[in-house]
Amino acid sequence: MEHGLLRDALVFLAAAVVFVPLFLRLGLGSVLGYLVGGLVIGPWGAGFIHEVEHVMHFSEFGVVLFLFLVGLELEPKRLWSLRVPTFGMGTAQVVGGAGVMAAVGMALGVPPAPALVAGLGLALSSTAIALQVMKERDWLDTRGGNAAFSILLFQDIAVIPMLTVLPMLAPGGSASGAGSTPAWQGALLTVAVLAGVVVLGRVLLRPLLRAVAAAHLREVFTALALLLVVAMAGLMQWLELSMGLGAFMAGVLLADSEYRHALETDIEPFKGLLLGLFFMSVGMSIDVGAVRAEPLPVLGLVAGVTVAKLGVHAVVARLFGLPSGQRPFFALVIGQVGEFAFVLFSTATALGVLSPAHTAPLVAAAALSMLLSPLSLTFFTRVVEPRLARRQAGGPVAPDVIENERPAVLIAGFGRFGQIVGRLLYANGITATVLDHEPDQIELLRRFGFKVYFGDATRVDLLHAAGASDARILVVAIDDVEAGLRLIDEAHHHFPHLKIYARARNVQHAYQLLDRPAVAAFERETFESSLSLGVEVLRGLGFTAHGAWRAGNRFRDHNVDMLRELHGMRQDQGALVARARQVRDDLTAMFERERDARDRHGEGWD
Amino acid sequence: MNAGTARVYFVFAHPHRTRSRANAQVLARVRDLPSVTTVDLYEAYPRFHLDVSREQAALAAHEVICLQHPIYWYSMPPLLKLWVDEVFALGFAYGPGGTALAGKRLQLSLTTGGGPDAYSAEGYHGRPLEDFLLPAVQTARLCKMTYLEPMVLHGAGKATDAEIEAHAERVRDRLLNLTNPLYRGEAVGG
Repeated sequence: MEHGLLRDALVFLAAAVVFVPLFLRLGLGSVLGYLVGGLVIGPWGAGFIHEVEHVMHFSEFGVVLFLFLVGLELEPKRLWSLRVPTFGMGTAQVVGGAGVMAAVGMALGVPPAPALVAGLGLALSSTAIALQVMKERDWLDTRGGNAAFSILLFQDIAVIPMLTVLPMLAPGGSASGAGSTPAWQGALLTVAVLAGVVVLGRVLLRPLLRAVAAAHLREVFTALALLLVVAMAGLMQWLELSMGLGAFMAGVLLADSEYRHALETDIEPFKGLLLGLFFMSVGMSIDVGAVRAEPLPVLGLVAGVTVAKLGVHAVVARLFGLPSGQRPFFALVIGQVGEFAFVLFSTATALGVLSPAHTAPLVAAAALSMLLSPLSLTFFTRVVEPRLARRQAGGPVAPDVIENERPAVLIAGFGRFGQIVGRLLYANGITATVLDHEPDQIELLRRFGFKVYFGDATRVDLLHAAGASDARILVVAIDDVEAGLRLIDEAHHHFPHLKIYARARNVQHAYQLLDRPAVAAFERETFESSLSLGVEVLRGLGFTAHGAWRAGNRFRDHNVDMLRELHGMRQDQGALVARARQVRDDLTAMFERERDARDRHGEGWD
Repeated sequence: MNAGTARVYFVFAHPHRTRSRANAQVLARVRDLPSVTTVDLYEAYPRFHLDVSREQAALAAHEVICLQHPIYWYSMPPLLKLWVDEVFALGFAYGPGGTALAGKRLQLSLTTGGGPDAYSAEGYHGRPLEDFLLPAVQTARLCKMTYLEPMVLHGAGKATDAEIEAHAERVRDRLLNLTNPLYRGEAVGG
């Protein structure tokens, strides 16, 4: 047994080490590397590994961890703002996709129940693939990315009723009246437990994390992080809900906690390995023998499913008004069949809703579609999209123009923050070059003479195309903290002459900017505006206008000093907390001193 | 640096430094002197929000205060006036316990728009320049400072580059030749 485990680990790790770098080098993405690696070592390849189901079951936990990490990056507020797209677009996608495919199936002579199950299963997309691709491309913050994410979220939720409905479709067992009461009780229990988790999570999780973090034992903190996810997943399993959904909830609960980054870095390697294992098990589950014996039904199924899904997604994108430039990628990124299809199909087969004759081609088609998805996405971003972009919005301007006009300033991210920087420059006769991945206002900007490049600003070739080697200043104003830091590092590495000015989303981000000497200056995005409002409040309380303004100035000075001081000592969390209290006391003392000083100043004059 | 050279705190106040020729040139000529510490007020405090304790500490560490500015409406640019108002505070520069500036020297280095004749009983400013500098004279006296003969470049707007350069050189020489009383009579060098 132990020998077998060692041998399996050897095979998996070797496959990962060989195939993933190879496929990355070929520019085909890590997901495809894992899938092909799985295909090669699986029963239909070299035959090193046989217990595919077992491996897949184990490695599904990678998807669970992935969803936990996604949850960590989604603050509850942002999640709330996604509720309309989630239910609106999610319903449209699932119902539309399942409906179309079930109808086609029935038209081809498949009985209604299996057709419906097949349609539902095939309508689901692969959270693992789509999220991985969108993250690699830094696409999650676009409207298209939001939409795709919302749909994936809805699908995760939708799996639950699907699995509940399955027994009713089973030939023998029907939905009897007796079954409805326990279902209601079950639903009530579920809601109660979920509410309890939310409340307890809010109250208990942070003190627990703090207590464990105070022990300063890294591996114990990691163990706690894993325990958290496993416990949540276990609870969900007990409730017969999706484990991924539970992990996602746990992530969201911790998204605004100070341990977010620590949890992220601790879970990340486990997620990466297990997710890789999962992709490999998908590759292994491709029944090459069956496909080779009867290629037409499977290939036809893959083609038909892809066409149907893309069509439905195109309609959804149009219906919900996504920017036209983002629609193709949106349709494609969730265009594959997902991992839940395997769950659904195997459950349905066990219940007798699907016959093994149906299941084999369905599973093969699902796996093939997952195999083809990274390939088609790469092809799309490399070949199709550059052409589309050039045709639709002008795209990257021809190189000769860049050489003639040397932009002094590049602004990466032209949302509400970068926009004000750009407009101030414009008002003073400096037209900046803009890099953004949200092409909503490109036309307007172009009319005012801005050069706009869209795409991922962290890509060195895009920086090059935009004229980074001639520019003097780069303004990093993008929303995503990690992407912004990556951009700063890349830009500094490739264009060391650039002076970098950065937007800081919060204090933690400000610290990370302070870590980087390449950053000439940064500004916390809410600080100045909050301070201005605070000054207005002082005025409202009867301070003179000038007195309030001066108080604001003093506060700014003190705060900036404090920020730098805290940055110097933030390694030790415990010391930081004590220090934060100290700083607050300092601030009180400072204010008292300042008030005394001001009063005395008043005494000197009449 | 000669050990006997007085340390000078050179306070530069010009709201539009890039449009200035004379004031900017003087700043450029004295900036690199080891005995001189300069502060460009409009650059250091663009929001008119002074760091009073820093300025007071700087004054305490120097023997000579040199104010470099153009004459604006018979007075100084507003940020320099604010600097005097806030830094020369009660209990620091004057009043009970206000002895921080006592014994130091105050050197004005000024530029004017009109020619030297404009500042006379017959000229269109109606009075000699010294009359308009009376507040500075009295400020020095109240703070127990020695008021040194001002250095003035009249008609700075029309001055040639050579004239400006010569004036800047004179200011530089003056600052270099101000001696530190603590070292008076001691051997030079070492």
